[in-house]
Amino acid sequence: MKKMFGACLIGAALGLTALSGAAHAKTGATLAITLEPPHLDPTAGAPAAIDEIVYANVFEGLTRIDSQGLVKPGLAERWVIENDGLTYRFILREGVTFHDGATLEASDVKFSFERAVAEASENAQKGLFSAIDSVEAPDDRTVILKLNRKEGLLLWNLGWGDAVIVDPASAETNKTNPVGTGPFKFEDWARGDSIKLVRNPGYWGKASSLERVTFKVIDDAAAQVAALLAGDVDAIPNIGAPETVAQFEADPRFAVLKGTTEGETILSMNHRRPLLQDVRVRKAIQHAIDRKAIVDGAMFGFGTPIGSHFAPHSPAYTDLTGVTPYDPAKAKALLQEAGVAEGTKLVLKLPPPTYARRGGEIVAAQLAEVGFEVEQIPVDWGQWVSEVFKGEHDFDLTIVSHTEPLDIGIYARDEYYFGYENPAFKELMAKIDGVSDPAQRNTLYKEAQRILADDAVNGFLFQLAKVAVIRKELKGLWTNAPIQANDLTAARWE
Amino acid sequence: MKARVPQLWIGGALTGVILLAAILSLFWTPYGIDQQSIADRLQGPSAGHWLGTDMFGRDILSRILGGAGTALTVGLAAIALGLAGGLPLGLAAAMNRDGPADMLIARGADLIFAFPALLSAVLIAAVHGPGAINVVVAVGIFNIAVFARVVRGAALSVMARPFLRAALAMGRPWPSVAVKHLLPNIAGVIAVQATIQFAVAILAEAGLSYLGLGVKPPNPSWGKMLADAQTLLYVDPRQAIFPGLAILWAVLGLNLLGDGLRDFLDPRLRKIRAV
Repeated sequence: MKKMFGACLIGAALGLTALSGAAHAKTGATLAITLEPPHLDPTAGAPAAIDEIVYANVFEGLTRIDSQGLVKPGLAERWVIENDGLTYRFILREGVTFHDGATLEASDVKFSFERAVAEASENAQKGLFSAIDSVEAPDDRTVILKLNRKEGLLLWNLGWGDAVIVDPASAETNKTNPVGTGPFKFEDWARGDSIKLVRNPGYWGKASSLERVTFKVIDDAAAQVAALLAGDVDAIPNIGAPETVAQFEADPRFAVLKGTTEGETILSMNHRRPLLQDVRVRKAIQHAIDRKAIVDGAMFGFGTPIGSHFAPHSPAYTDLTGVTPYDPAKAKALLQEAGVAEGTKLVLKLPPPTYARRGGEIVAAQLAEVGFEVEQIPVDWGQWVSEVFKGEHDFDLTIVSHTEPLDIGIYARDEYYFGYENPAFKELMAKIDGVSDPAQRNTLYKEAQRILADDAVNGFLFQLAKVAVIRKELKGLWTNAPIQANDLTAARWE
Repeated sequence: MKARVPQLWIGGALTGVILLAAILSLFWTPYGIDQQSIADRLQGPSAGHWLGTDMFGRDILSRILGGAGTALTVGLAAIALGLAGGLPLGLAAAMNRDGPADMLIARGADLIFAFPALLSAVLIAAVHGPGAINVVVAVGIFNIAVFARVVRGAALSVMARPFLRAALAMGRPWPSVAVKHLLPNIAGVIAVQATIQFAVAILAEAGLSYLGLGVKPPNPSWGKMLADAQTLLYVDPRQAIFPGLAILWAVLGLNLLGDGLRDFLDPRLRKIRAV
């Protein structure tokens, strides 16, 4: 009797598991993310981890960037460009409400943009708004932007996560309780574990077919793989262990999406160091580096070698990998010419991602070949930001991937972390800002890439690939990452 | 005698091999310890690479040998630090039995035991950054407490014996008695403890390097090799097997050697054998 009772219990438990498994498969999705965001307000911080949760899911802008990197209408259903490109008139969608019930009005747009550029603003991309002179809201559904110069990329800029529209009533608490207009509402954040979003029943557009989305923080690549295999997560949108991809490709339960990101992975050089101010030394470093060996050895072949700071899939890209090809003999000659002694020490600080830690081991070995003595120092992200990116800029070399789209402008910034100062480059960037003709812009971008390559500003390594491993039945996730996002608007189980 | 304490000989042989490997690695390894060849990565064992190559195409045998060097260096340094502090403290405590110095040393040891060595090492690494020195300092300080206690206990039992009292009664000064009569009689106990602490230090080094807080790349470490192998488990399990075996070999060898030494040096057991 007891035995039978036990058997029944087990049977019931199994049945329940099966049921919950099926229910889980139909209505929710869990994604593994590597980094936990510091907070959830995309308009108040640079970390990609924020946008990778809230962009397009919780928050929306006037325009949006789609999976192909094209600008699409967002909260603005249409717009008119007047006055020779100096006035943009946006018409907002009707019936858009924030998650707290407030109706979206033109004054909210005015508030959001003025908040973004305000003195006290923490917005990480104020440059996106630099062409905007004034924001007017003549009626509830019309927004007029007056520009101080022509800005060819304005519509694209407004599609960034840093330019999303927030509700004045909740703007101050978006860091912990984000309130937007998107298809998902924020539900819960268990620090160190997961962030949950739930479907927004009042969404203006096509409602998501997922009832709930969970972003699970798993910082270890091996643990992510184990979680996916165990069914704890349904997708790893950006796999940290490229060596495991072959195994998933052979597994019929999973689909592998191989795409690109906007991440130029570079060996940044600290131009504040006298040694690295010498262009011959920087060129020698670039000549010493075998990009293909890094892509193969560190990323198992995922990634495209680059010769300057630009994404290869962009129409404005020009292949400059030939400017300073792998040539250790030439590197040695340049170092001798510059009077750099054999055994000169360089400090290479490496943040946690695979591309940096593994790439660092290969770069160090390659630089040793031409006579440098490289000390590798593994650092965590907090240390990297406080020691390398900000503060004293205490590093000679570091490896990092710049994942913002079209970010060649960082080389024109004053006091940026690698400390490159070139008035001619700054002038060129200012010129590009005023050009709206795409063909002309592309020509100028090519010129800019050439300057950086000729100057060997940094060691240009490779374009970071985006490799996602997803349960086969889960469709609608992005293959490429034209902007930092895990847009789940179109995600569905089939 | 061989048959009576087989652990001693097995442990000694295992440890001897590691010791030889470590010494060998200082002068010669089949390939450079950090010599990469991306094109030859993740190869299986072959005539060219006896244990295969890792993900950067480095020779695994060379790195295992180099890892033995790292493990032994860290272990020896931690033992040396522990003895340098623990031996005088332990002797001082024994001679000042139940006095203020004894109390102070005993409570100090309690304090150190309250922090597991591995956690202290993580703490030091957080302040000082990763490096082999963290392991040495953390395990070394832990060892000071271990040796102080062991030395105190052993010294007290020896001090109660007549020959030592006689030496003192003859008017020999304390330091001379300690060196001439006390130390030789507690050396065995210290040796046993040292081999066991050696194994602890090797495990701590491997553990911290596994977490990325131990030796800095490109220096070889068995623990770091294990960490690198983790995501490759499904692709190439050999990557984890060889460093894992090396750790097993070293720790098993040292523990057997410690066990064997204890049995061999234990006077009670010796008496039984003599009968």
